[in-house]
Amino acid sequence: MATVIPVRPRTIQGVACPVPLPTHDRVQLGHGSGGKMSALLLKERFLPRFGNRYLDALGDGALVPVEGGEVVLSTDTFVVSPLEFPGGNIGHLAVHGTVNDLAMMGAAPRYLSAGFVLEEGLPFEVLDRILDAMAGAAAACGVEVVTGDTKVVDRGKADGLFVNTTGVGFLHDGFRPSPSRARPGDAVLVSGPLARHGMAVMAVREGLEFDADIESDTASLVPLVDALRVAVGDAVHVLRDATRGGLASAINEIAGASRVGVELSGALPVPSAVEAACEMLGLDPLYVANEGVLVAFVAPEAEDAALAALRSHAVGASAMRVGRVVEDHPGMVVLRTGLGGTRVVDMLPGDQLPRIC
Amino acid sequence: MCLGIPGRIVDRRDDAGLPVGTVDFGGVRREVCLAYVADEASVGDYVVVHVGFAISKVDEEEAHRTFQVLREMSQLDELDWMADLADAAEGVQP
Amino acid sequence: MKYLSEYRDPALARTLVDRILRTSTKRWTLMEVCGGQTHTIVKQGIHEVLADAVEMIHGPGCPVCVTPLEQIDRALHLAARPDVIFTSFGDMLRVPGSECDLFQVKARGGNVRIVYSPLDAVELARRHPDREVVFFAVGFETTAPANAMAVWRARELGVDNFSVLVSHVTVPPAMVAILEDPGNRVQGFLAAGHVCTVMGWEEYDPLAERYAVPIVVTGFEPLDILEGIWMAVVQLEEGRHEVENQYVRSVRREGNRPAQELVSRVFHVVDRGWRGIGTIPASGLGLRPEFAAFDAERKFDLHHIRAEEPAECRAGDVLRGHIKPFECPAFGGACTPESPLGAPMVSTEGACAAYHNFGRFQAAAAGGA
Repeated sequence: MATVIPVRPRTIQGVACPVPLPTHDRVQLGHGSGGKMSALLLKERFLPRFGNRYLDALGDGALVPVEGGEVVLSTDTFVVSPLEFPGGNIGHLAVHGTVNDLAMMGAAPRYLSAGFVLEEGLPFEVLDRILDAMAGAAAACGVEVVTGDTKVVDRGKADGLFVNTTGVGFLHDGFRPSPSRARPGDAVLVSGPLARHGMAVMAVREGLEFDADIESDTASLVPLVDALRVAVGDAVHVLRDATRGGLASAINEIAGASRVGVELSGALPVPSAVEAACEMLGLDPLYVANEGVLVAFVAPEAEDAALAALRSHAVGASAMRVGRVVEDHPGMVVLRTGLGGTRVVDMLPGDQLPRIC
Repeated sequence: MCLGIPGRIVDRRDDAGLPVGTVDFGGVRREVCLAYVADEASVGDYVVVHVGFAISKVDEEEAHRTFQVLREMSQLDELDWMADLADAAEGVQP
Repeated sequence: MKYLSEYRDPALARTLVDRILRTSTKRWTLMEVCGGQTHTIVKQGIHEVLADAVEMIHGPGCPVCVTPLEQIDRALHLAARPDVIFTSFGDMLRVPGSECDLFQVKARGGNVRIVYSPLDAVELARRHPDREVVFFAVGFETTAPANAMAVWRARELGVDNFSVLVSHVTVPPAMVAILEDPGNRVQGFLAAGHVCTVMGWEEYDPLAERYAVPIVVTGFEPLDILEGIWMAVVQLEEGRHEVENQYVRSVRREGNRPAQELVSRVFHVVDRGWRGIGTIPASGLGLRPEFAAFDAERKFDLHHIRAEEPAECRAGDVLRGHIKPFECPAFGGACTPESPLGAPMVSTEGACAAYHNFGRFQAAAAGGA
């Protein structure tokens, strides 16, 4: 009878073994292979956090019930580096980002898919924090992650982790904000303090590090949109979340899509620490990224009610009007300076760069 | 060639022979090299910082004086305007 | 922010604007030689509200804009080397070289990093002893003390995998070049407040005297710029030509002596090329021979890299104030912020980029394009 000798895993110093022993604390290429390691990763890390009857069926797709005749789809891919920053991590962005895009279309977000590209060597504890963030954000937003995918790439081919989320939402009756609906006379409203996300990430970027009480503003905008819809309904002509490129880019896109001009008054809700950080690096808060701010173009007669609705929520407490839509200079956004001068607030060709001059 | 902003020194230390300190810029703090203001600036003083180096100590007296001058100028202008108005009312030519 | 925000008070600014408009009996031509001042002037629309009394010509005050094409090409070459970590101030990354810019080199795999302070680059070198860290030492006299300290510290700490690619320029020779130019229209100058914080204003007295131009050392906030312009206009109206100091909260006549001292121990005066203008003798700083070990131009083989400025780009004429940006045939067509031909279109302080915004608004307002 053969004797079964138990094999205890051990390492041999100085010898490179062609079949390396599995390390248990980080992502490896095998986790993306579709075999046992993949199944284990899914079972141990993803399902416990996102489990719902659609996902647990583990089909190639998710079979979900749909309301109404039209659905809103939105997709976004998240590649931020570093993965974790003051106020959150890429997981928060991945859920809030797509949820907010759906909300800006006037839809109630319901389902998300999540596709991951993991870099070989990503520590599990980092992955867990990101997944925890996603699960928590999804639950808070009332959305379910119903299907997903995971791939693993060689070390160096991803900044730790990339994630795509695609969302499905259902429209409310009679609420159809759209980028082309801005009209002369509309009030341009902003829901909250600007430039926090971009500066929070900048503060932890290598080479630029600084110490500040600035946290990312990543948040779901759904409560604010609901409040607006209930208060003024279709008087909301346009909704846009101001993300990359800052408030300036969002307003420029709408001015272009609606073929109207926008005049900004110059007053902006920028927290003092954010302003100080921008001064230090020579950055303009108008162009710095946000992750929890919306811009609303509303009919002038609804302006007061809209602002009251925004301010009734903690996230919208510092909502204010920053400008007005005008007939002049269609497609162009200008700002009246304190001196009475005019400055064009254009889209930037690329990223805003810290300057020395 | 220029981006220098004022901040307040909140602590000073020695980094292997180089005087450095933490400077607070309205809520944002960063380590700054104080070598060029070492003899004149202490904790609590304001310095102008360019690319991580303090290049001058803010002369707070002069700063206030500039501001006072501008304020007075502004008030004088208001008085001028009021005087012009009074003159016009009395038919006095400017 | 203290000592900053109060100098943006709009009511006080309007007072100064009124004063300037009432004081001037004719239209004067002034030049600022400082990118930061250009930035404030254009951003606030100062040139617009003062147009009846003052024409502001934006001088070559942006060190990013005047870095010679050749030096950019050398930077690109270094950044592409696999053994080099190339570090730079942020605003250099989009300046076009002959073929591409640092951003594109980064996209192709070059190790290019933005740093806030030159000391961060030295620290990077300490943390990566297996790589060569090169820092792009660009700037006017304001930045020279910082760059000098970086080299000094690297030598002190024995960080021998650190070197600098120097492209320092100094302001007074540029002002002389402008004043000596036969087509010169500049009647008064705003001198750069932070350059003078380091250097003082002693070297401007002979210029004011010889060329009979008022020179006002000026800060960067709207009230500073307006007060500086007002002081210059008063001098012009009264027929005076002196050096005056508006930026009293930061500038002393002798400047910062310890900073000047270290700069002269690490650097010496050399001839430098100014992009779009050409070589101005004794207008730059280069590393002294005893610091050759930290000079990237000597450490790496860069002498074969030469460059010709494109004929179409008239940056030089713009920088000298001969033409306004929109008078350049390439403006807005072949040369835009998205695809710039020259540096003044790239940098946010560059005169061309500034006018690309402002000019378009005026054209739209006039019912034009």
